[in-house]
Amino acid sequence: MKVKPNNYIALEFLSRSANEGFARTAVAAFAAQLDPTLEELGDIKTAVSEAVTNAIVHAYPDTLGKISLRASIFDGILLEIVVRDKGRGIADIARARQPLYTTGGEERSGMGFTIMESFMDSLVVRSEPGKGTVVTMKRKIARRGTKL
Amino acid sequence: MDVRTTTKGRALTVRLRGELDHYAAREAILAVERALDAALPSSLTMDFGDVTFMDSSGIAVAMRAMRRMAALGGTSALVNVPPQAKRVFDAAGILCAAKEETT
Repeated sequence: MKVKPNNYIALEFLSRSANEGFARTAVAAFAAQLDPTLEELGDIKTAVSEAVTNAIVHAYPDTLGKISLRASIFDGILLEIVVRDKGRGIADIARARQPLYTTGGEERSGMGFTIMESFMDSLVVRSEPGKGTVVTMKRKIARRGTKL
Repeated sequence: MDVRTTTKGRALTVRLRGELDHYAAREAILAVERALDAALPSSLTMDFGDVTFMDSSGIAVAMRAMRRMAALGGTSALVNVPPQAKRVFDAAGILCAAKEETT
């Protein structure tokens, strides 16, 4: 059975680098209703920035394509972020997730997935070469003063 | 992204300002490279005090500059790093000095 979120936003934007700031700021503004700490908000923005940048750099290396982003709140405390592209896909996900591994040239550090992993509670990457990639990240935001 | 450089003797300071993401990274890398080429310093200080957001693009900018300094036989330091950027450097195992709280 599919659990319905309490709330969600869905965005679609072109894979232009200039949209990185828009994407992370939009998710941060949406997440604000969970009353996150500054540190939690920073972690979420960073993870979104990494996922969106990966799609921009790797999914559509020589072309512009659509990136869709959905942020949902479940159970009033769980933030789920899904970044989806229809780009060239990742042939070897395990390798792509390794720290310092990059095919992105000198502007990239190869630390994108490592940062998503360490800043979020869970990270699932599904990809099919030629079809696209779906990155799903989850993070519990404990309301301040309440215990999980 | 705004990059300002100051040189004192053979010490180069690079001050980064604004959001350091992939969109800003190329410009930042070029600005730092130009400053390094012009100064050929023995020490580099990268000041992150005015960086309002940084993702792993900042790691690439810093690592490139640090590698360049190592090749020049010099030293490099990352200073004044705000909490959000520090968490990114920490995740990558890169040593940096935190920004002092001014409250």
